[in-house]
Amino acid sequence: MKIIVLLKRVPDTEAKILINQEGTGIKDDGIKYVINTYDEYAVEEGLRLRDKAGTGSTVTVVCMGPEEAAELIRTALAMGADNAVHVCDKALDRPDPFVAATVLAKAIKDQGFDIIFCGKQAIDDDMGQVHSILADMLDIPQVNVAIEFEMAADTKRSTVRRRIEGGDEKVETSLPAVISCEKGLNEPRYASLPGIMKAKKKEIRKKTLADLGFTGIPGEARSSVVRWVPLPKSSGCTQVRAEETRDAVKELVRLLREEAKII
Amino acid sequence: MKYPLTEEERMIQKTARDFARKELAPLAVEANEKGFLPEAVFKGLGELGFMGITVPEEYGGVGLGNFCLIIALEEISAVCASTGVTLSVHNSLTNWCILKYGSEKLRRHFLPRLASGEMLGAYAITESEAGSDIAAMRLSAVRKGDEYILNGAKIFISTGDKAGAIIVFGRTDPNNRTKGISAFVVEPSFEGFSIGKVEKKMGLKASTTVELVFEDCRVPAENLLGTEGMGMRIALAGLDGGRIGIAAQSLGIAQAALDETVRFTRERKQFATRIIDFQSSRWKIADMATAVEAARLLTYRAAKLRDAGEPCIKEAAMAKLFASRTANRVVYDALQLHGGVGYTEEFLVERLYRDARATELYEGTSEIQRLVISKAVIEDYERMMPD
Repeated sequence: MKIIVLLKRVPDTEAKILINQEGTGIKDDGIKYVINTYDEYAVEEGLRLRDKAGTGSTVTVVCMGPEEAAELIRTALAMGADNAVHVCDKALDRPDPFVAATVLAKAIKDQGFDIIFCGKQAIDDDMGQVHSILADMLDIPQVNVAIEFEMAADTKRSTVRRRIEGGDEKVETSLPAVISCEKGLNEPRYASLPGIMKAKKKEIRKKTLADLGFTGIPGEARSSVVRWVPLPKSSGCTQVRAEETRDAVKELVRLLREEAKII
Repeated sequence: MKYPLTEEERMIQKTARDFARKELAPLAVEANEKGFLPEAVFKGLGELGFMGITVPEEYGGVGLGNFCLIIALEEISAVCASTGVTLSVHNSLTNWCILKYGSEKLRRHFLPRLASGEMLGAYAITESEAGSDIAAMRLSAVRKGDEYILNGAKIFISTGDKAGAIIVFGRTDPNNRTKGISAFVVEPSFEGFSIGKVEKKMGLKASTTVELVFEDCRVPAENLLGTEGMGMRIALAGLDGGRIGIAAQSLGIAQAALDETVRFTRERKQFATRIIDFQSSRWKIADMATAVEAARLLTYRAAKLRDAGEPCIKEAAMAKLFASRTANRVVYDALQLHGGVGYTEEFLVERLYRDARATELYEGTSEIQRLVISKAVIEDYERMMPD
């Protein structure tokens, strides 16, 4: 079984994000980059599936990102993935979801695939679109926000439990399919020291757009980022207190009408 | 802290840090209260390879060097110094000693289980009359047929009650003060071995510190490490590596204290000012941070020399001396900057303060380190200066 896991390089959730002067992006220096949190669940699920499926199955990490992404790909290999494809091209600078999906679809098709795991969204732009567009481009079903995954014995179908508002939904899907992973699906393993040593010998195939058969940026970008603006500074919190609740309510209404001007 | 680490070293550091913060931190407070670390900790560390970092792959280890070991030790010690010291003794002393001086049979018998974490290691030199003065030890090891019979007691042995492999130093020749000591690997199942007093310490409470009693304890002759009389040499060579490990442990404590201090003083306000914005606080932080980085560089240097197979007696002693002193100074200032709350168990600095104190006392007191350093420094000069 060929198991594909998608990886994205994102800023650490604990990093302080500042917008650059021109408003064209974030200030990069000093920021620590990590594997997208939700992609860690994808890596772990891919590894578990491979270990259950037995010999012959492989986990291939596919990552589209800058040179620096190589170290994160190596971490996924240290966790136990077998090999990786690193799509790296200077022309790909934060591509829009359609372009990203077009590139990934080609890389994945070249690899061959039986199932694709990925995170439900990337924690930097929170768009959560690439995997859906990808599934459509590959003409395969997609099940999102997975918190439980089980492969059928015949490996042609799988059952996925997904977390939706107010409850869980159980979905059965044929394979291949795209499964996007949610927190709680599993507990990602650490990269063990023996794993880190083994990862040094594992193959990361680097591909430029040309290697994938594209001349220039493929697909059509359907959206573009106009500007980045920092969040408005929170104006602080006013506490309304009074001896009698009635008086507090009166004061609150007055503030909402006269100062906040929302009623 | 910018220091050129290789990709591999960064990954090892990350695994150690993540494991320490996610798995160890929740257990640390209770472990320090109860007085021991749960088995799960060493099983977890073993699965990740930390219990056999420097053991060659053929014996079940990862086959990495001292530098990788100290990177891991610092991260783990920052969260729980008790786990740090246990891990340091296990790797730098026990594993190292069996690897370097044990027969192939001993290596095959002990190293795989030590490397996996299912067995813990200990190192027994100290006696009530032999602390800094190692050669004053009196535990006797008398050859009798194909066994050595050990009689005496060792005190202050870390993990002595939980270890499956204990390196014990004893006198095989009562007439030769320095060359009459030999080293053995002792298993707790050997007849005549028992645990004596369990110490109640100021700090490092999750690391057990015990007395080991040998009453006609029967040790197979094949458990001799090296040859008879090599004991002093083995003990001192082992301490070189052990010192680098303790320097790393001290670093972890110091770094944690600095982190806690900045975290706290950024929040706490008095006189409408954050504590961190007073110049007196800033100067303290500057000195703390500089000392930590200097200690780190000394520790890194010693580890790299040892990995290169070069002599590092002076450098290891310098790292241990400076890092342990730094840890103690930093926790002192850290507690002071916390003010009153730093004195309560609600804040981490209280435990760091108590844990730090041991680092200037064990694996060679600061006084012994100064003895070692001055001897080496002066010898270097003597070689260059005319008579």
